[in-house]
Amino acid sequence: MRTIRYREALREAMIEEMERDERVFLMGEEVGHYQGAYKVSEGLLARFGEKRVIDTPIAEAGFAGVGIGAAMTGLRPIVEFMTWNFSFVAFDQIISNAAKIHQMSGGQLRVPIVFRGPNGAAKQVSSQHSHAVDPFYINIPGLWVVMPSTPRDAKGLLKTAIREDNPVVFLEGETLYNVKGEVPDEGVEELIPFGKARVGRVGDGCTVVTWGRPYHTVMEAAEQLAADGIECEVIDPRTLRPLDLDAIVASVKKTNRCVVVHEHWPMGGPGAEIVDQVQREAFDWLDAPIERVASLDVPMPYASNLEDRVLPTVERIVAAVRKATYR
Amino acid sequence: MASGRDELLRQYRMMRLIRRFEEESARAYAMGKIGGFLHLYIGQEAIAVGVNDALTPDDYVLQTYRDHGTALARGMDPKAAMAELFGKDAGCSRGMGGSMHFFDVGHNFLGGWGIVGGHVALAAGAAFKSKYIGDGRVTVCFFGEGATNIGGFHEGMSLAGLWKLPAVFICENNQYAMGTPLTRTSAIEDLSIKAQGYGMAGDRFEGHDVTLVRDRVQRAVDRARRGEGPTFIEIETYRFRGHSMSDPAKYRSRAELEERKKKDPCLVARRRLLEAGVSEEALDEIDAAVDDEIDAAVKFADAAEPAKEEVMWGVYAPTGEGA
Repeated sequence: MRTIRYREALREAMIEEMERDERVFLMGEEVGHYQGAYKVSEGLLARFGEKRVIDTPIAEAGFAGVGIGAAMTGLRPIVEFMTWNFSFVAFDQIISNAAKIHQMSGGQLRVPIVFRGPNGAAKQVSSQHSHAVDPFYINIPGLWVVMPSTPRDAKGLLKTAIREDNPVVFLEGETLYNVKGEVPDEGVEELIPFGKARVGRVGDGCTVVTWGRPYHTVMEAAEQLAADGIECEVIDPRTLRPLDLDAIVASVKKTNRCVVVHEHWPMGGPGAEIVDQVQREAFDWLDAPIERVASLDVPMPYASNLEDRVLPTVERIVAAVRKATYR
Repeated sequence: MASGRDELLRQYRMMRLIRRFEEESARAYAMGKIGGFLHLYIGQEAIAVGVNDALTPDDYVLQTYRDHGTALARGMDPKAAMAELFGKDAGCSRGMGGSMHFFDVGHNFLGGWGIVGGHVALAAGAAFKSKYIGDGRVTVCFFGEGATNIGGFHEGMSLAGLWKLPAVFICENNQYAMGTPLTRTSAIEDLSIKAQGYGMAGDRFEGHDVTLVRDRVQRAVDRARRGEGPTFIEIETYRFRGHSMSDPAKYRSRAELEERKKKDPCLVARRRLLEAGVSEEALDEIDAAVDDEIDAAVKFADAAEPAKEEVMWGVYAPTGEGA
């Protein structure tokens, strides 16, 4: 194993897959000459040339659609959204086209495409640039929704996503790009399958389900709780569609408690979905109501002190676990 | 001239096939055999047939939800088309798409698309792929004049122009965006001038003469195939029916419709064939053969098995088994 950053893990995944398959190409705003708005694609233009690393105009609906059209005729595009906030202007392409084409064509066409970019809040970029979009996309049959929290997951899941024959919504995080973590050594290929959760921390006191950026906040909270004798079992589903419900339920049957922590707003979304499924599958094992920690139900304010309060904090996670464990 | 006459005979037959297919679709719809939305192509047949004759079988074609005529012209079996309308497994999209979503990848007909303007970028994507791998194909994208106002059209056209993609964008201007005339939806009357803004060649003509359509579109197709970039063509036409089956088209006068019917593309071709020495009997024979073919399609669709009961089928493609 070696330690690299999350952005480097993503870059390695793209390089390896582009070297493996000529049909794979990267397209998006500033991915080439600028080297990527967040430097994920740094060096790719020099390595693969303008044919395969394609700078686009500011036209998300246009280049998302071009990617889908190219995918359905045989290429395997990676479409980068500078941030997922900008995917809203390409919503129709992703939902009405990408997610529908295989079924609607009677199985004649398939859409092997990855849409990727940073999701959720960055730091003080205010309300229009801070959306956690996972609730919007997990609702759509025909899409896979992937949300890695660590460099190893980012690399292994992106490689799987690129080889997948269906459209994948791949949600990264600006604040995750600098996170360091272990990945397999060079030359050791790891493909992480969709629908398999990872246990981030083993414990028997309370199951905490989380994904993406709040995973790291949860791990911090779990340290604090362990000092007080509450051992959390942290489950990161890694992909929200498909969802590894079995892993979550197995953990809840062991701990008899469950807290779900996510960055998206509280109304609906994967957070609510997981609570719904767990209560039905593990009702007799639960010793307390399932708790949720979400972003507060407001558009993201600019001011730093307010932003910190909106996102899930260590304090709110600790309080939720204490409530679920009656401690 | 004999070869030209033979070609026109073939084109006449295909236009009649489309016409009769649409008439029988309307009848089946009234009988409750077809559900949902049904948008008929009657009056616009010369465009589908003329454009197809400018293409090779390898070229890609994308159309809006008014897609039956283009699919048939491309080579789709009328049986598969009618079975799709009837919601049958033998339908061209296995009963998953219906009227608005015909697909026939074997004939490179890449769909019937239901969201106005949403398929323009897809067509650019198909053309992008052809440029990427150098397969020499041209992609034709049809849309209505109503689509020229929506963002999806603009972004798809922008990228196609910027990257000089091998594509031809054909606006079938049938005068009404559902019930609203062009004069109330567009600041300009000549839509083809939009081509300039996208760095494309532009063209504009009337679409009731199948030969003219073929010849003019051929220039654009050849240009695209030579790598000289896309063309935006506005073809003026008229649909004889309402926007869909639920539309009695009260927003236009009977006189206007009757005037337009004088340019019925089937009649225009028929007159020319008569002038070229083809007998009434020969043309009636073609008409009768077309009637039989459409009758057979309806019978086939009636008798075909319903869409499979596996309701969860096809949401995801099995990875690794295809492309």
